[in-house]
Amino acid sequence: MISLKINGKPYTLDLPEDMPVLWVLRDELGLTGTKFGCGIAQCGACTVHIDGVPVRSCVTPLSVAEGTEITTLEGVSETAAGQALLKVWAEDDVMQCGYCQSGQIMAATALLMENPAPTDADIDMAMDGNICRCATYTRIRAGIKRAAGLSPADTREA
Amino acid sequence: MTEVMMSRRLFLSSATLAGGGLLLGFGATAKEAQAASANMTQYVAISSTGKVTIRAKNPEIGQGIKTSLPMIVAEEMDIDWTQVEVVTAPVNEKLYGGQIAGGSTSIPTNYEPMRRAGAAVRLMLLQAAAVKLSAPVEALQVISGVVHHKASGKQAHYGELAQAASKLTVPDPASVTLKDPKDFKIIGTAQGGVDSAKVLKGEPIFGIDTAIPGMKHAIFRKPPVFGAKFLSGNLDAIRALPGVTQVFVLKGTGNIQGLQDGVAIVADKWWQAKTAGDQLEVQWDEAIGKGHDTETYRTQADTLLKGTGDSLQSKGTAADVLANAATVVSARYEVPFIPHLALEPQNCTARASAEHIEIWAPTQAPGWGIRLLAKELNVPEDKITVHMTRVGGGFGRRLENDYMIEAAAISQKAGVPIKLLWTREDDLAYDFFRPGNLHDLKAAIDDQGRLAAYTAHGVTYGRDGKPSAGANISPHAFTSGVVEHFELRQSVIETTIPTGYLRAPSSNALAFVHECFLDEIAHALKKDPLTYRLELVNAQLASGAPQSPEGRNPYDFRRIKEILETLRTRSGWADFKASDGIGLGVATYFSHRGYFAEVAKVKVAPDGTWRVLKVWAVGDVGSVIINPFGAYNQVEGSIIDGIGQLKQCITFENGRAVQTNLHEVPLMRMSDTPKIDTHFILSDNPPTGLGEPALPPVLPAVCNAIFAATGVRIRTLPIEESLLARPS
Ligand code: FES
Ligand code: FES
Repeated sequence: MISLKINGKPYTLDLPEDMPVLWVLRDELGLTGTKFGCGIAQCGACTVHIDGVPVRSCVTPLSVAEGTEITTLEGVSETAAGQALLKVWAEDDVMQCGYCQSGQIMAATALLMENPAPTDADIDMAMDGNICRCATYTRIRAGIKRAAGLSPADTREA
Repeated sequence: MTEVMMSRRLFLSSATLAGGGLLLGFGATAKEAQAASANMTQYVAISSTGKVTIRAKNPEIGQGIKTSLPMIVAEEMDIDWTQVEVVTAPVNEKLYGGQIAGGSTSIPTNYEPMRRAGAAVRLMLLQAAAVKLSAPVEALQVISGVVHHKASGKQAHYGELAQAASKLTVPDPASVTLKDPKDFKIIGTAQGGVDSAKVLKGEPIFGIDTAIPGMKHAIFRKPPVFGAKFLSGNLDAIRALPGVTQVFVLKGTGNIQGLQDGVAIVADKWWQAKTAGDQLEVQWDEAIGKGHDTETYRTQADTLLKGTGDSLQSKGTAADVLANAATVVSARYEVPFIPHLALEPQNCTARASAEHIEIWAPTQAPGWGIRLLAKELNVPEDKITVHMTRVGGGFGRRLENDYMIEAAAISQKAGVPIKLLWTREDDLAYDFFRPGNLHDLKAAIDDQGRLAAYTAHGVTYGRDGKPSAGANISPHAFTSGVVEHFELRQSVIETTIPTGYLRAPSSNALAFVHECFLDEIAHALKKDPLTYRLELVNAQLASGAPQSPEGRNPYDFRRIKEILETLRTRSGWADFKASDGIGLGVATYFSHRGYFAEVAKVKVAPDGTWRVLKVWAVGDVGSVIINPFGAYNQVEGSIIDGIGQLKQCITFENGRAVQTNLHEVPLMRMSDTPKIDTHFILSDNPPTGLGEPALPPVLPAVCNAIFAATGVRIRTLPIEESLLARPS
């Protein structure tokens, strides 16, 4: 039995300890916002927060989450950063197919919670683990800055 | 406006909606249109309360078509975009025409039919209003779905008029008056995707999220070598694993696009099926793949390039001109096989029996899927239903429906509904790869320094001597159009590797080949590469040559000239001085009816690592940009995607792909992304699609910039960084 909180709600789960959190969320609890992309911590589609820290849920066994608090896309609007990001994502129409965007928002929320005014270098660092195959990166970058109340201009060398 | 391509004839029919509304159907024949409205498979429905529902008929793969096509209908209806609810249409190509996301075709084939449908509804509502308000149609005005009669001050909203309108004769769509584009209120405005809010809430709208009652989960393990046969495996051991309910072998049908030999593992949960699959040990007969190696292919290509190949296109006497030329520029270019890697792994949910098949699939070509299912599994087409889900990326991979056949076949045999989900490793191993190709190029320069002849001999891949899917070496419209003596020859390497269409098929490889070689020609002539292109264009225009050289597509040098001139200004080309390992490169390309010219600014570090700092793109895709949000997103995505292709490579050993997951195939990431400046020229041409045409020119633009920065000419992809390293 594993006890934990997901999006503020307590759960006691009778599931194999080595089952990745990703599949617990998607197939056991019906929380489909978290996506599967690679299964080997290379794409970031499955990013969730465990106690506020972004992790790749595809390689995180359920046992690791014992006693923790998990936040997924479905619960991220409860954080101020998540809410700000979701608003900008809708206004700026950041997504193309949208499949990666759950992971992008979770990674960006973690960034803004830790660093409310990220530079372009900070964004590169925090977001490089999250692949967007449709390549919406310019909008993701601008979106993070807008959500942080910063100018969306890209200040990198050009 | 010039004439717009119509994919098919258009008939409309109407019916009264339950509760007193108007329903407008569409069809290729009058009968089909009636059936469409009678069956509620309508395009447009207006309820008595004024709610407007528009069906989106094409698969949404991130290109924004579920938003842009209904925007076109709503525009001509004179309603506000906020009044519209968009729902996905059922798959029925008899009623809706082609329901496909491929080839950037949705806009060019649907733009005018959608406008006419919207205008026809508006006219019917106006006619109903004329009766209700006792005023002639000409005296009425529509604002946001409300019909006003100024003189009397009376008004009626569309909902009140819908029922009466539904009793009227439907106008001939060919005769309805369309709006003057300068009066557009929706087309040309930036609108968010109609399903974006659902995506942001994590709602289960992607294929992978599908859940139906009684569903089990499945994986399907195929041989790593395409076409290999099942010999034996530890199936009994797998059956005993936790959660596994069934394990069985399916035999292939011999159809490349259809069912292959493989082992299906059905389990209560996908994780159980996947874990069981990790322990599956199968002996395959892999003889079919023997000798199909990247290295062997290269040796074969060398041999073939020594021969003459088959002529694909020829004008003038290129060989003679080359033999007598003052100067000959020649080079060999090579591009590798590369994968698709849409982020949502292939999946499909099926409820299938011997008599019926019902499918939920993220597919780019649901109609092709129905036909393939019918053929492979012997179920009549009218007993097959396919539901389109949102698609987590297409890139051409989902024009193939192999996963659909597998899911249906597994469900049939297992006797339960199943959701098939591939792992990323499956997705890479079972891709229909963008095929590689090699080219020997020659250009003759005459004694006055003019490009006199151009020849290309390309080696591509195929079966039975014919290029396989996505392996065509189509002529390069620009070069074949500007040179008097031109010859294109082709040789084909027989391959077992499945090939397919990757975003901007053929062009994604050929733009690199021909536009880099054109850069070489410009440098051989000691000319600025952008100015040289304009010289070639101007010479064409001055010659009065018809603006449609040989080749499948019409080609217009006036359009190339305008985008090139605009690009020169926007990119600051003339004032730029290469320095410090930083260079600019330019390229143009015409594909999928769209014209693009791009300049890339690239920085190469002393150790040979390179980064694209900025890309300027100027495109001409016709007279309007329907949804700027989607349009800029497509251009930026195409450019970043194209840069990524410069780094990717799939190699083969005995018919098996060597690379297995994302750690071995670099995909573009945030820090690799350049700044992008996109500009559209609104020309006097019908609007065309944007999923693809911005991609091809960025590859040569970047490689030409690398040459400008380092003097090293990239002729082989992926780019080998060690070649760019220079002593510091
Ligand atoms: S699915 Fe977890 S990182 Fe890709
Ligand atoms: S929006 Fe498609 S993968 Fe990011």
